[in-house]
Amino acid sequence: MSTLEIRGLQVSVNTDAGAVEILKGVDLTIKSGETHAIMGPNGSGKSTLAYSIAGHPKYSITGGTVTLDGVDLLEMTVDERAKAGLFLAMQYPVEVPGVSVSNFLRTAVTALRGEAPKLRTWTGEVKDAMEALKMDPAFATRNVNEGFSGGEKKRHEIMQLELLKPKIAILDETDSGLDVDALRIVSEGVVRAKEANNLGVLLITHYTRILRYIKPDFVHVFANGKIVEEGGAELAEKLEANGYAEYVGS
Amino acid sequence: MSLLTTNYLSPTGREEAWRFTPLKRLGGLHDGTAKVGERESLSLKSGASGVSFERISRDLAPSPTETDDVVMQRVREGAHNVATLTIAANTEVAEAITLSRSAHGLDSAEFSRVRIELGAHARATVIMENTGDAFLAEDVEFALAPGSNLTFVSLQEWNTGSTHLAKHHAIVDRDATFKSITVTVGGSLVRLLPSVEFIGQGASCELLGVYFATEGQFFEHRMFVDHKVPNAKSRVNYKGALAGQGAHTVWIGDVFIRAAAEGTDTYELNRNLLLSDGARADSVPNLEIETGEIVGAGHASTTGRFDDEQLFYLMSRGIELADARRLVVRGFFNEIVTEIGDAVIQDRLMDRIDNELAKAGS
Repeated sequence: MSTLEIRGLQVSVNTDAGAVEILKGVDLTIKSGETHAIMGPNGSGKSTLAYSIAGHPKYSITGGTVTLDGVDLLEMTVDERAKAGLFLAMQYPVEVPGVSVSNFLRTAVTALRGEAPKLRTWTGEVKDAMEALKMDPAFATRNVNEGFSGGEKKRHEIMQLELLKPKIAILDETDSGLDVDALRIVSEGVVRAKEANNLGVLLITHYTRILRYIKPDFVHVFANGKIVEEGGAELAEKLEANGYAEYVGS
Repeated sequence: MSLLTTNYLSPTGREEAWRFTPLKRLGGLHDGTAKVGERESLSLKSGASGVSFERISRDLAPSPTETDDVVMQRVREGAHNVATLTIAANTEVAEAITLSRSAHGLDSAEFSRVRIELGAHARATVIMENTGDAFLAEDVEFALAPGSNLTFVSLQEWNTGSTHLAKHHAIVDRDATFKSITVTVGGSLVRLLPSVEFIGQGASCELLGVYFATEGQFFEHRMFVDHKVPNAKSRVNYKGALAGQGAHTVWIGDVFIRAAAEGTDTYELNRNLLLSDGARADSVPNLEIETGEIVGAGHASTTGRFDDEQLFYLMSRGIELADARRLVVRGFFNEIVTEIGDAVIQDRLMDRIDNELAKAGS
């Protein structure tokens, strides 16, 4: 059983015009097996929440705490956070020219497990994960995210989620840019990872359609850098009907 | 030891061709004060049938293409023989032919002339391995008869303290293909002048290169592609990394499309990765065009540091910073190193790149 606990998190980003505060005190607790959806309009700070928890150097933490099972994540380097059990599926996965998917995955799993996986078992794991996400085997020989379509990038992110077996995953707009079929395949991957590893999920999205496949236990409305309303799955239905207007104006 | 009598115009450093080169570090190769030995260090390590390697007196060897490079002029006056590798017409050599140069010593310079000749429709890969202590000025000429195809891999893996100046001039006839992969990772000062002269239509060249300069190393790669006939194609892609105080690289890509060279297709690219402060990469693409009737002509040059987003992405998967940097640098060079097509050499170079990076304190 793991718990990601976010308390009073304040984050700013440095711009030419000086530091701009984006997160204004976020409180959120995610436990193993739970699915939390964060919904909110563009520019509300949802992605900042995801990236600052993962440790992106662009963001400065100006207040609050983030712990995973009581251990301070904010003191850790980016790779240490991953080793502690955190995973971030990115909205815009980064191209790494000249580095093949298979080399990348092997390096990552070796770092996370502290030893190289047995070759035969690992090859099987990768093959199964790719088949489950309906990916061409040739994918493993391509360079990381280079020339991938939007859908391929997202499948590749979820394949990593299934292979690297984190405790808590943050999915930053994993649904964006996916057609109906790809959305279903990717969502099924998330559900598999949840069931296999009792994963806790923080799912960031604009839209409710992904919630048809990944049922949230909690829905949080995010606006102006903080959570402004919380509820169950029914809150998503309300947002779908009414939009964010009532939260943005406040 | 031979004494050079001719008074060549020694460069002062103000000339365009010499403006980046630290002349003081040439050991007198440029002004005739270098002591020149009688060494001939190039040997054939592995040949094949249809391939001959012999030293031919310069009086019997074909005249080389004129050059305005004063060091090459001195080499031509000083070297008595031309080491000549000949691949007979219609010969396809499956395995790479390896020429090797090693362990010369630094007390006197070697002036070396090399000629690599492919008969019509011959096809071969030639690897020139350079290791040991070099004080070398080298004039290499390639003659590619119509329809021939040469891949030339030139490996500068010199010991620290080595000085190597060379011209690699390829004369490429009709429908022939010249591909070179130049790797410069060792030596104190290396200055290479790869050039291509198209003399027949349908000819093509691909000049690829990688270099990694660390503390105090100066590596210069100065290209010239001469499109003097119609319908030839050239591609240039050099990638370099630099780390450490005083690491300095120079890449010059000159492409000349003459009035007669209609249908020319050319593109050149140089990318540099600056891995630390105190290093300097000069990159100058140059395109001179005398006809607008071409397929395409372009160039690009970038010099940058590590991409934070790439490192973040890799680290967010548990990969430590040093390993993430190593993956990115290997990936950066991978595109060109894999073109060598020899796993032993590729692994050796990648290991060397890892070591250079580790020394640079990542």
